[in-house]
Amino acid sequence: MRALRSLAPFLLGAPVFWLVQCYAPPTLAIVLLMAGVNVILAVSLNMVNGFTGQFSLGHAGFMAIGAYTTAKITLALGDPAGGVPPWLWSNGVFLLALLAGMGLSALMGLMVGVPSLRLRGDYLAIVTLGFNEIIRVLIENVRWLGGATGISGVPPYTTLVWVGLAALATVVTAQRLLCSTHGRAMLSVREDEVAAEAMGVDTVGYKVRAFALSAAFAGLGGGLLGHYILLVTPKSFTFVKSIEVVVMVVLGGMGSISGATLAAVLLTGALELMRGLDQYRMVMYSLLLVVLMLARPTGLFGTREIWEFWGAKKKKAAA
Amino acid sequence: MSEFLQHIVNGVSVGTNYALIALGYTMVYGVLKLINFAHGDVYMVGAFAGYFIAHAIGVAAEGYEPSLFNTALVFVGSMGVCALLGYLIERLAYRPLRDRPRLTSLITAIGISFLLEYGFQLPAWAGLPIEFPPGPSPRFFPELFPRTVWLEVWDVAFSNYDVIALGTALALMLALQFIVYRTKFGVAMRAVSFDPNSAALMGIPVDRVISITFALGSALAGAAALLMAISHPRIDPLMGMMPGLKAFVAAVFGGIGSVPGAMVGGILLGLSEEMVAGYALSSFRDAIAFAILIGVLLVRPEGLFGRRTSEKV
Repeated sequence: MRALRSLAPFLLGAPVFWLVQCYAPPTLAIVLLMAGVNVILAVSLNMVNGFTGQFSLGHAGFMAIGAYTTAKITLALGDPAGGVPPWLWSNGVFLLALLAGMGLSALMGLMVGVPSLRLRGDYLAIVTLGFNEIIRVLIENVRWLGGATGISGVPPYTTLVWVGLAALATVVTAQRLLCSTHGRAMLSVREDEVAAEAMGVDTVGYKVRAFALSAAFAGLGGGLLGHYILLVTPKSFTFVKSIEVVVMVVLGGMGSISGATLAAVLLTGALELMRGLDQYRMVMYSLLLVVLMLARPTGLFGTREIWEFWGAKKKKAAA
Repeated sequence: MSEFLQHIVNGVSVGTNYALIALGYTMVYGVLKLINFAHGDVYMVGAFAGYFIAHAIGVAAEGYEPSLFNTALVFVGSMGVCALLGYLIERLAYRPLRDRPRLTSLITAIGISFLLEYGFQLPAWAGLPIEFPPGPSPRFFPELFPRTVWLEVWDVAFSNYDVIALGTALALMLALQFIVYRTKFGVAMRAVSFDPNSAALMGIPVDRVISITFALGSALAGAAALLMAISHPRIDPLMGMMPGLKAFVAAVFGGIGSVPGAMVGGILLGLSEEMVAGYALSSFRDAIAFAILIGVLLVRPEGLFGRRTSEKV
């Protein structure tokens, strides 16, 4: 029964995504796909920036690791072998490749996190940014990874169903993490690190765990993105990309899963409406950041979820 | 030998530039405990301010006679524009957030930085006397005075550009050292940096000290931008991003909050970058600064000249 409950979102979601994929007009499908990828990125960054209250500026670096790993594997295993039908082969390979990308990203997250998460606040922000740049420069200098031009001819495996299920998986993981012992410990680090440490919470350990998990899902987002735009280049993963994700998390409210989801969808939609005004995109993002910080630093929902607002209203009415 | 000497010359020239920018970071961090992310973009604005002023006084025009007065005018004007910009950023974006968590100010700083970088890439508004914003394509800084070789040692030419840049940078650093350690304002600044609340109780106008600190640091960034633009005349709206980040690394390396630390850190960073890029791995140039940063923060987080502070609950 419990297993069924955890599977329910996916069992319900898969046919819905499939129907949307079959019947949605192409432009809408593209927007939904980008929104889904952004939801994955925003919700996963929220695990570090929202749950543990640290500030990472290196999300794009982990995206890059996921994207390159996934692309390398799907390119190596391109042709079906052993009489497996092509659709099954490609999806199976894609699943394997995405999992490998997530694993490698998490490993890298661990390696980056262990030394740097001893630092606090703004130093952590700069160090994660530094790691992002180091990862990018390393990739640019490895010929096997295509150097500065990147890998082209990546197979078009990403579909709306894949993105939808991956986004669901991210949101469900984040939600269930939040309700677990680990999640509570992470929140205690955010609220007061010194007090948490005094209560016996292994603060660095939980920060590293949040960082690794966040990196894994960033890798998933990167892998899906690479197999949608069919090109993986170091230029797609500069720290400007990291800032874009940070804007989504800050807009939604750091710590709110539904906030990050909604902000990712809203911003993707807004960008689509502003198509042709591409040069104003980053100007809009930066203005949004400054105005939000001055007027409403908690973002749209603060640390709360959307449904908690309805509950609060009812309680007030009852009292 | 001549190659080595050439690397030293280049390293010192890049390093003094980092040092001048790093001074702004370190002073602001000293008084506010804030990483002013937008500092690198103030540097960029300084280069463009110099560009527009030089065009306004006819430096780029045909038959321009180089004069000390015009050069000084470009420098002072550009430093003034930067000081004003630094003051405005602090007044409008950071001061309202001073009592909030530090992360809020950091996010605002990132926002301001991107606003300047991408705002300057927009197409020019109609009806302005100058072409502003300048747009994404790079501009070429006009020649303020011609380049001449002054000294040649082992095939390495020292031009008047190198000498003037180094001389100006050293003079500015000495002036800053004087201001911070020998004037009344310097005492007030160090007091605010030590403890803003007690400083306020002692009658020090904390807001004004912070404003002037921002203006001073930004003016130094403007000077650094011009010294760079004279020898590397290509300027564009994203030119401040990397030097800004690297200068921050230099400030941390030297010990953030320490004025001599920023100078030494900047020059050491410039030299190590030039040496690694020149002899080993030229394409890794941009990663070196961050590798140094991570190393410093892990081994000696207070930097070369910093004091270790214990954390109180």
